[in-house]
Amino acid sequence: MTKIAALAALFLGASLLAPTAAFADTSISIAGSTALLPLVKDAAGIYQTMHPDVKISVSGGGSGTGIAQAAAKAIDIGDSDITAPNNPELHDNRVAVIGFAVVTNPSLGVKNLTKAQIQDIFTGKVSNWKEVGGPDQKIVVINRPRSSGTRAVFTKTLMGGKTVNEAGLTEDATGTVVSVVQTTPGAISYAAFSGTHGKGVSEVAIDGIAPTDDNVIDGKYPFWSYEHMFTQGAPTGEISRFIAFVQTRTDLLAKNGYIKISDMKVKESDR
Amino acid sequence: MIAVQAKRSHTIERIAVWVLRAAAAFVIFAIAALLIYLCFEGTKTFTVDHLPVWQFLFTSDFDPTANKGGAAIFIVGTIVVTLFALCVGGPFGIAVGAFLSEIAPPRMAGILKPAIEVLVGIPSVVYGWLGLRLLVPFLREHTSSASGFGLAAAGIVLSIMILPTVISLSEDAFRSLPGALREGSMALGSTRWQTMVRVLLPSASSGLSVALILGMARAIGETLAVQMVLGNATQFASGLFAPTAALTTEIVIDMPGATQGSFLEHELFSMALFLLLLAMALILLVRFVLRKRV
Repeated sequence: MTKIAALAALFLGASLLAPTAAFADTSISIAGSTALLPLVKDAAGIYQTMHPDVKISVSGGGSGTGIAQAAAKAIDIGDSDITAPNNPELHDNRVAVIGFAVVTNPSLGVKNLTKAQIQDIFTGKVSNWKEVGGPDQKIVVINRPRSSGTRAVFTKTLMGGKTVNEAGLTEDATGTVVSVVQTTPGAISYAAFSGTHGKGVSEVAIDGIAPTDDNVIDGKYPFWSYEHMFTQGAPTGEISRFIAFVQTRTDLLAKNGYIKISDMKVKESDR
Repeated sequence: MIAVQAKRSHTIERIAVWVLRAAAAFVIFAIAALLIYLCFEGTKTFTVDHLPVWQFLFTSDFDPTANKGGAAIFIVGTIVVTLFALCVGGPFGIAVGAFLSEIAPPRMAGILKPAIEVLVGIPSVVYGWLGLRLLVPFLREHTSSASGFGLAAAGIVLSIMILPTVISLSEDAFRSLPGALREGSMALGSTRWQTMVRVLLPSASSGLSVALILGMARAIGETLAVQMVLGNATQFASGLFAPTAALTTEIVIDMPGATQGSFLEHELFSMALFLLLLAMALILLVRFVLRKRV
């Protein structure tokens, strides 16, 4: 009897303590785009060291997840590579510009593709690398899921209205896609600069324009987008401080492969 | 004194029975709520979006943005991957079950059984990871598959995952046979192999069917390991080593982008409902098979 009473007292005490532990720290939950993930993770790490009473949890899941969960108020900040026209209640905080690259397996030696060639590959019209200037090898197309923001940017800027053939492999998350392209001969896919620069995959030039930050800034390279951090209404309190932190720490942007919005020579309203 | 103790134990008895009743009621309520919710949401594709049921089941035109909801590719993908796993893991599992029951000396059985139990304890993500790192490159090098991802990779991973289920149920099926069968067969001069194939296998057929059906149920529901190696290509598998997609993998891949109330969300719920009905059908089949052979 006393044992039961002791256990009950223990549970009661623990449950009373738990909420106080939560109140002691402010917590911010962030999820969404895996293209933005490296920047947010880096910034969150530094921010938490500067403000030990703030706990920030960062995860991926894709731009679709970020928007959906922010709209459902399940998370505080939803990261996304695309705008959210269907969710007018979400406040768009743009934090950076990111370029995306079409990547191929380095063993192919393919350095340049025209937009038309990219469209033919991803619609399934062309199925062997020798048709686009590569070796005699079957093309292994790796798509992103329908909820991927990267895919939405790809379809909008490069596919010219044509539908992507669904019969390719589908892999999720920037990191996974790059890893698969690196190890699979004949593979082609697309991912953000933050995930492709220096990762052992071949970033092809599109219509002769190299996938570099300078070409994105000049507006010559078409495959880029703004990075958005969506919040329910205008951000307040710690959340707005963190977003401002991400926007102003331009050294983190450069370190992780992103571009300052203010550097851009072109502007787009619907990215 | 005794009367007080009797009254206290009687009260404890009543409270305990009510607590157990409440627990059972809660479980039944949870199951019923789950079924009702899935039925409600899963039929929205047909009631709200007006997609004909036959189109969902038998057409392969899948484009949620254009309200095309043919889930045949995923249904066929699930069935084919499961059959592959059954064909590889089923006979293997029954053979090991027979070995454990009929031939293995107790010491060897004492080592094998814990080893099989370890297989059960391995999380599916570890299976998927090993499949991704070891099996996929192997298939890429040695078969016609261009990437290594595909039906064969998923089928092999799944067959290993269903092995423990099939082995332990097969072993139980064999062990539950009366010794008289074996003794009678041996007395007539048959070898152990002849006994196993001609006498034990037919006699244990209902138990073995249950082993295979439950292995099948496990394979149908497996999501993560399959998604990591299947390739998730929205097409029918053009060959044994070609990539395809299954119901479980499709749900997990498109779930993030399924906004509330969208056609895609309804489609995914319908797929989930289909999986649930399939699993229920298998469980009912098990009960039917067991009842037939008393």
